[in-house]
Amino acid sequence: MSMLETLLGTFQTGSGFWNPIVWIIVAALVFLITYILRGFGNKKYKKGTEQVKSFLSGNPEYEKEKMHVKGSNLFWGFTESLKWIFDILHKMHTGNISDYVLWFVIVMAVLFLLVGLM
Amino acid sequence: MIFNIPFIAVTALVLIGLYTVIFRRNLIKMVIGITIIQSGVNLFLITLGYRENSVAPIFTSLPPGTIVPEGMSFPVPQALTLTSIVIGVAVLALMLSLIIHIYRHYGTLDAREIGGNEE
Amino acid sequence: MNIIDFLLQHSPALIVAIPLLGAFLTPLISRINNKARNIFVILILGLTTSIVFLLANDVFAGNIHTYVFGSQDLALPIVRILFEVDAMSAFMAIIGSILALVAVIYSWAFIKENTGLDKFYTLILLTTAGMFGMVLTGDMFNLFVFLEITSIASCALIAFWTNKGKSVEAGFKYIVISSIGALFLLFAIALLYGQYNALNIATLANAIQFSFLDKIALVLLIAAFAMKAGIVPMHMWLPDAYSKAPASVTIVLVGATQASLYGVFRVCFTLYGNTINLSPASIGWIIVLLGLITMLLGVAMALIQSDFKRLIAFSAVAEIGFIFLGIGAGLTVLGNAEMMAAIGIPAMSGGVFHIMNDALDIGLLFLVAGAIYYATRETSLDKLGGLARNMKYTTVFFIIGLFAVSGIPPMNGFASKLLIYESTFQLNPILSIVAILSSIMLLAVFVKVFHSVFLGPSLPKFKEVKEVPKSMLIAMGIIASIIIVFGLFPELIINNIVEPAVSALVNYGDYIREVIPTFTGGI
Repeated sequence: MSMLETLLGTFQTGSGFWNPIVWIIVAALVFLITYILRGFGNKKYKKGTEQVKSFLSGNPEYEKEKMHVKGSNLFWGFTESLKWIFDILHKMHTGNISDYVLWFVIVMAVLFLLVGLM
Repeated sequence: MIFNIPFIAVTALVLIGLYTVIFRRNLIKMVIGITIIQSGVNLFLITLGYRENSVAPIFTSLPPGTIVPEGMSFPVPQALTLTSIVIGVAVLALMLSLIIHIYRHYGTLDAREIGGNEE
Repeated sequence: MNIIDFLLQHSPALIVAIPLLGAFLTPLISRINNKARNIFVILILGLTTSIVFLLANDVFAGNIHTYVFGSQDLALPIVRILFEVDAMSAFMAIIGSILALVAVIYSWAFIKENTGLDKFYTLILLTTAGMFGMVLTGDMFNLFVFLEITSIASCALIAFWTNKGKSVEAGFKYIVISSIGALFLLFAIALLYGQYNALNIATLANAIQFSFLDKIALVLLIAAFAMKAGIVPMHMWLPDAYSKAPASVTIVLVGATQASLYGVFRVCFTLYGNTINLSPASIGWIIVLLGLITMLLGVAMALIQSDFKRLIAFSAVAEIGFIFLGIGAGLTVLGNAEMMAAIGIPAMSGGVFHIMNDALDIGLLFLVAGAIYYATRETSLDKLGGLARNMKYTTVFFIIGLFAVSGIPPMNGFASKLLIYESTFQLNPILSIVAILSSIMLLAVFVKVFHSVFLGPSLPKFKEVKEVPKSMLIAMGIIASIIIVFGLFPELIINNIVEPAVSALVNYGDYIREVIPTFTGGI
């Protein structure tokens, strides 16, 4: 029992425990239960009829290339609502090498002020 | 006061070099600016090794009447400066050969047009 | 004495000399055969890795190894170059050797179609030798020389695909930034030499007082090393350089960036360690503030990218912010003994452990990006999709990398990030709130990548995409297995490898006492 206690006592943060081996055992148990529950589903369906087509609220389904959500369209709501931050950041990264050295000189000047006033 | 002139020259060289790298658009001028900063730092290194009224630190060819070793200047900063000059030459050669490739691809040497890339 | 003792005694010199010798022999051996050259390079790096492990085994037990090039008589000043290996140096050397070995195994198949391969392998060996020299040396000017060797060799590697204009431009930006940083570093070294007539780190740390010129030198050193490590707002060369280089070059470049990060900590803890009561906690708070800005800006920029490797490069910038946060929090409480034990040691353990985790995780993600590029010749997220059907192993490796980067339990990223969250929360709650927020946004960024590259319907233009060759899979598998092992048994790694490194940084007196036995003071 003491070995189990030492195993469980590692990584104790004071508000629960986060031992990775225990976490993996719990995750495997959850997967097993999910797989068993999935096996209770209905296995009979007719191929080739309307039962296997995807339902898009009555909209027509285009070919596969147009239906894939592209990478830059994900998280559109987040980036659009915070557009003012992302525009400032995007303008900051100009690709011009003089600006890179200018940022270095600015940071050096700020550090001089901070360390000099100390 | 006259012995402070090398240090004032070092500060002036570094500031002129930084100005050239930040505010000039031609890539070759940026490389010249980096060379000016290199010259400034090398001058600073070698000024540190000077003693007043001293001779070169070579034991076999001293002028008569030199006190050994207080009459000789320090040899270590001279070795450091030589190393730094050699590194500077290698970096300069690498930068210029990269500029030749960039000119063949883009046809221009303007830093703002080359740098305007994707997001 | 037998061969093991001989190797152990000469190991600091051998670790730098063997890759250097291999680098100069590679063009000769490549005249025989391509396969002979690949096997030769892998043998050289395997030999170096085994000597690094041998040395690290002895150093973590508590001995500091020194190696003198020059006069042994310690009474004479500057007539020698001293290599001094303590636990932090051995830690960084282990990271560098693993990354270089994996890069060369990966390059067997990745870079095979290109010409000029003998120069490629020569430059990889030179970069590795420079990186080892940077972390093993105990002399400031030697640090500058090895930093220049590493940046010149890495610049040529970044511009390797000279038929594309973008790679050459990225290499040019890298060498300009490196050169300016190194010149200001040399300026600071000259300032310190002019005051104290010493170039050895231990001798300088013994003699240093916090005068006005020393303050200027400290600011120049921190700014130059931080620029080479990729701290915001001086980080902008990092996405260009990492994304335009071949994938195996990027993983070696990650190692070189971590070596510059090591330079910041060596300066702050060991070189200026004796003046820590004259310069109060402000330097620590400056480093913590830089770490916070780096985390937030790296993650915010990563969210709006549409190029695969550029996105991973911005998340690499965010991970460097975590390391600065952890170790800066430890630097803040360095003079205070009981706060150090409660806050400082866990925070620094998290930060130092995160150096290794960051190198492994970001390395694995870049290798996956390189595998996708090798299979499909596409790097834009808008044009990829549905690749999980064709490349199953690569998908599994990407999932492991995704969990590791965002700090999810069975992987190693969780262990180091939990230590940083817990300890910085006691220092100031806002720090750990920002850290957790940026971890969550990293998860969001990589779920975006996972969906747009691997999930989705199978596109017709990728119908005949096959799995990548075996050598690339073996390289990715090595790193993935190390990630899983570190994640399952973190307390083994922390007790045996990270704790000696942290105590080597905190107890700077041991470092100085190797060279000057009469040094009193130190924690």
